[in-house]
Parts: sequence; structure tokens; C-alpha cells
Amino acid sequence: MAEEKLFEKKISRRQMLKLTGAGAAGAAIGASGLGGLLNVFGMTTEEDNPSSKNKVNFYGAHQSGIITPVQTHVYFASLEVLVKSQGELKELFQQWTPMAVRLMNGEPIGELSSNGFIPAKDTGEAGGLDASGLTLTFGVGPSLFDKNELGLSAKRPSELKDLPHFPKDQLDPAYTGGDICIQACAEDPQVAFHAIRNLIRAASGKVRLKWSQAGFNSFPEKNKKRETPRNLFAFKDGTSGPDAASKQAMNDAVWVQSGESQGWLTGGSYMAVRRIQMHLETWDRTALSEQEATFGRHRATGAPIGLKGEHDEMPLDQKDASGEPVIPVDSHVRLAKEAKAQIHRRSFSYSSGTMDATGAYDAGLLFISYQKHPEQFIAIQKSFGRADKLNEYITHRGSALFACFPGVQKGSYIGESLFKIL
Amino acid sequence: MKSHALLASLLATGLVLSGCGADKTTDKATTEKESTEAVAPTDLQQETDAYKQFALEQMDQFVMETDKFVSAVKEGRIDDAKAIYPLARMYFERSEPIAESFGDLDPRIDARLADLEDEGQGEEEWSGYHKIEYGLWVDNTTKGYEDVADQLLKDAKELRARVETVEVGADLMITGAVDLLNEVSTSKITGEEEIFSHTDLYDFKANVEGAEEIFHIFEAVIKQKDAQLATDLTNKFSTLNGLLAKHEDGKGGYISYEELTKEDTKQLADAVNQLGEPLSMMGIVME
Repeated sequence: MAEEKLFEKKISRRQMLKLTGAGAAGAAIGASGLGGLLNVFGMTTEEDNPSSKNKVNFYGAHQSGIITPVQTHVYFASLEVLVKSQGELKELFQQWTPMAVRLMNGEPIGELSSNGFIPAKDTGEAGGLDASGLTLTFGVGPSLFDKNELGLSAKRPSELKDLPHFPKDQLDPAYTGGDICIQACAEDPQVAFHAIRNLIRAASGKVRLKWSQAGFNSFPEKNKKRETPRNLFAFKDGTSGPDAASKQAMNDAVWVQSGESQGWLTGGSYMAVRRIQMHLETWDRTALSEQEATFGRHRATGAPIGLKGEHDEMPLDQKDASGEPVIPVDSHVRLAKEAKAQIHRRSFSYSSGTMDATGAYDAGLLFISYQKHPEQFIAIQKSFGRADKLNEYITHRGSALFACFPGVQKGSYIGESLFKIL
Repeated sequence: MKSHALLASLLATGLVLSGCGADKTTDKATTEKESTEAVAPTDLQQETDAYKQFALEQMDQFVMETDKFVSAVKEGRIDDAKAIYPLARMYFERSEPIAESFGDLDPRIDARLADLEDEGQGEEEWSGYHKIEYGLWVDNTTKGYEDVADQLLKDAKELRARVETVEVGADLMITGAVDLLNEVSTSKITGEEEIFSHTDLYDFKANVEGAEEIFHIFEAVIKQKDAQLATDLTNKFSTLNGLLAKHEDGKGGYISYEELTKEDTKQLADAVNQLGEPLSMMGIVME
């Protein structure tokens, strides 16, 4: 009798597939081509939708969110991997890929089911909001390559290891490391948060959120052009750095070139993340001239001390009447310049309540920089060393390094190069 | 007969697939229409009957154990009362989706002081298991709790009688299973349920068993609709039960919540969340 029922009853596509198996799948290829077949198995290839409002493209030579002009909001997530095989890890990135495209199109990760007895696929809080310039950037940390069961040790670039201990580091394990990172940046905080929330929820049992940090930037505008944002010490942050509009400059500083690292990382980049607490209370009672000497710049204009324009060249060799350098030897900007390394900064301020022990603000900078080799970041941080006058006012609490994949081509998936058999 | 059906569905599949390959818009329209039509309510009478039977059995046990507990309290046998307390409560916690459907009885039996305070009520309105829990573990006495005990037994019996009359629908089972896990996530894993006795792991285990029973009742239907979901649920229940087993005290019970480390509770919470996601998909049995 069951057969009769089947015959009469409309059955779902999933049931049909199960009942008919490979025969039907074969028929499907003939009937509708490969795209149709992928649709049938739920591995839909999603495409960038050019008509989406305020949209950044997902597909391309490089991942979005690296040289994309920095947005006003970030939600950064560092994840611990729970899956126990390379196959499952690969499937995770395959699962995330169409979701990432949809999210960056400003679409929910899945349509509503007509069955009201199951939860919605998408958590829904971005409903009615547009793509809001969302970018999603995926990377892998050194600890992922330590997991023997994943069998990735042969693919590990030798430079992908935990950042060294720097003087005055006070790292909290709760904000340090991670197997995978996802950086979600958008012009809207809820869009950024929604993206991470949905990617993690869809990966339940496969990854676990290790730590996360929300951050923000605010841009003064002049003639409708965004100017350099200020950090919570009120100084302009991100004035100098390689020109993101110059392909050459980016190839020199940011993008791993063929032959420079493991092949899978060509077109990718290293992301250094530092959660830097800024002691606002002590900073705010520091004399203005002292604050300016700490950075080596004027607070109001961002210009080098003694000069007028934010982008004026730093007069590192100039001395004052008493023979002292105008830009103090222990100033932050001088020490950074002296490292002679180029990094592409993409930082955000954060404010996360209070410090347990002191009641002081837990606020500061979620420093993020991209470079083709971690050594670029390390050189600058070493140059600061103990000398940096800014050390008095900041404490590095969190740290992580990730190798961010190259861009994704249509039909491929995030991180494919890492899983390809060489 | 079998080959006929196979041929028929094979043909049908071919048609549907070639139809949706043509262009994407049609594809979406077809899918939506199809899934709406496919939702023909499955007959779940057998399953709901089985669940009601389970709930009644639990209630019978609950009344019996509550009777023992109440006797121990009234006779001043503190140690006996303490030993029975977490075990008797497990019968209640397993069938909580049903107990909860009686808005007045559930709080009379199971309210925590914090729940009353949330509603602007005071200690004088507090009754039930947790009030006696306070007596046993904080005041270290049963004196003065005799009336509370009598009332508790009355309420337990009334609950048993009323469960008999409950109309159990599949929706109650589906939301009930998820609610049981949510209870674990929000109050058991934090140690807020048994704030004085710290016997939270008993309630934890009972809630999980209650959800697992619902899964078992639906298992055959789920297997038909989505075999992967059934496997996933089996594995996730087994992981969580395995973790809980690590905290058994070797005497048929569980260690105190206070002995759990932060890492322990985090592991348990993760396992609960990882079970909760597929568990929330059990609603496909309604399709």
C-alpha cells in the first residue's frame, strides 16, 4: 500500500532523490546541466548581484576587506576548529562560500521555509538592511596546522607562527590566537554582526567561537570625502602607509607573490591582529604638548610636530634650537618610520565595558594590519620595543596572526588552494 | 508494484529537474510551490500517544517519589530527604513540557525564589521543592516545612491527574524538546536551578533524557524524511551523554555543580548548543 501512496502523493524533491538515487541524478545532468545538478544537491553557486545596493564584490583575485577602503564597523571573530578531518574542514569552507556571497549581496543566507515548526535558516536581524558594504575576510592561524588529524602540516608556510613576545605584552588567552578568523566589516554594525552570527550558527559543531571583538571608526568628512579617522586618544590613525590604490604598492607590501611563500597563499596576505587597551584615564590627564610629543604629531591637524599639513613629510632629521630632534626619539611615529617596513593598517576602535580588576575602561584599538610577510609587522613592533613613549598609555592584551586566503573564483570556494592536492 | 512506483517517481524527478534547469527564476518558483504542496500533515497520532504514555509514567513515578520525599521531610529525616530530592525531581524535569502547560501548578511545585522576585512576589508566596531545598541545605532543618511538604504532595497529585486530560499534539513535543534543551542552556548550565543543593546535573540529565525520549518517539519518521538529521541527533545526544557521564559520582548520581570547572561547564554548554541546532529541525516531522 505504501507504493500506492507514493504514487499519488506529491513528494518533496529530497524524498525523490532518496528514492530514485543515482539513476535520477544521471537523468538530471542530461536534463539541466551541471548547475542544475549542484542545485539539486544544495551546493548552489551563488553570484555577486550587481543590483544589490552598497555592495562589495565577493569574487575576485583577492579577498574583500583587505584593501577595500576601511568601513565604519567591524565584527571580528576568532574560531576554534572542532572538525577532525581535512575533508570536513574543506566542506566547511564549501558550505560557507555561497553563504558569504549571499551575505555580501545583502541577502539572507536562506529563504524561509513554509514549515512553521522549524527555526528560520537566517537569524533575520539584517532584514530590510542593504549589503552596507559588507566584506568578509577568511584566514587560518598557526594552530590549525598543529592539528595532526587535519593533515595540513606540509602546507604550513614557515613564517606562519605565533607572533613573538614583545616588550610589555600582557596577553590574555581569552583574546589570543585562533584556528580560523573571519573579519566582517560593514557600514552598519548589525550587518557585520549578523554575518558572523549566521556563519557560525551554520557551522554548529564544526567550529566554536574562541573570541570576538566589535569595533568602530568614525570619519570626519570634507567635501564629501572621508578624512583619516581618529583613535580614542583623538589622534588621526592611518595617515601614512602604502597607497592601496597602487597595484604595485600593494604587490610590494600586501599581496603574497608567487614563490614568496607556500603556493596556496599566492594572492593572499598575512593579517596581524592586536587588541590594544588604551588607558584613557591617564591619557586624558596628560598635557597636550606631552600627548603630541608621544605621537610626534599635532593632535588637531595630524601634521608632524612643527608643520601644518597631515600629509607633510615627517622631518625626522630636523633639530630644534637646542639641538634636540623636533620629532622626539621616543615618539611613536619616529620609531614606526625607523623600522622601514610597510604595512597596510585597517584598525578600529573598541569599547567593551570595564576592566574587572580596576573598573577602568576596557577600550582601545583593535589593530589590524595586512602585509605579505609577518616580519613587516614584527619589525615595526620591535622598533617600538621598550622605547616607545606610547607604551605608558597602552597595553597589548590580545594577539593573533592569520594567513588570509587569496580571492575566490566563481565555481570555486574559500581556501580551495589550501585543500588542492599538489 | 515496487517497480511501478520507482518508474513513476523517476519520471517525475526527470520532469521536475528539467523544468527547473531552464532558468533560475522558474527554479525558485517551482521549489517554493513544490515545498508548500509537499507539506501534507503526517499522521502522528501514534507518536503523540506514545509521548503521553511516557509523560504519565513519569508523573506516576514523580508522585511516588514525592510521597517518599514528603514523608522524610515530615519525619525529620534530613539525610533521606536530601538523597531523594534530586532523584524525585528528575521525573518532573523529564516531562516538563507537559507540566509547564499548567501555568499555576508548575510554579507551585518548581518555582525558585528568584522567579517569584522577578514577578514582584515575596518569600511568603514561595512553595514547592525549592523552598524545601532551602530548608534542607541552608537552614539544615525540616522543622517548619511540614505544611509546605503536604502542599507539595497535593500539588504533585493534582498535576498527575491533570496530565491525564492534556491534549498532546506533535507541536507540543517539538517545542517541548527544544525548550528542555533551552532550560539546560539558560539555567542548569549556570547552576541557577539548584542554587542551594547544587544538584543541577540531575536536572540537566533529566532534561536531556526528556528531549531524547521525544527524539526516539519521532526517530522513525525523522529517518524517513531526513536520515542525516537522525544520525546527527543520535551522535549529538551520545556526545552530550558521554560528557555528562564524566561527572557521575559513582553512586548512581552526579557530583555537585560546585565541583565543575569553568572548562567543564563550557564543554557541556557547547555540547548542548551543538545538539540544540539539529534538535530544532525536528519540526520536519510535521511536513
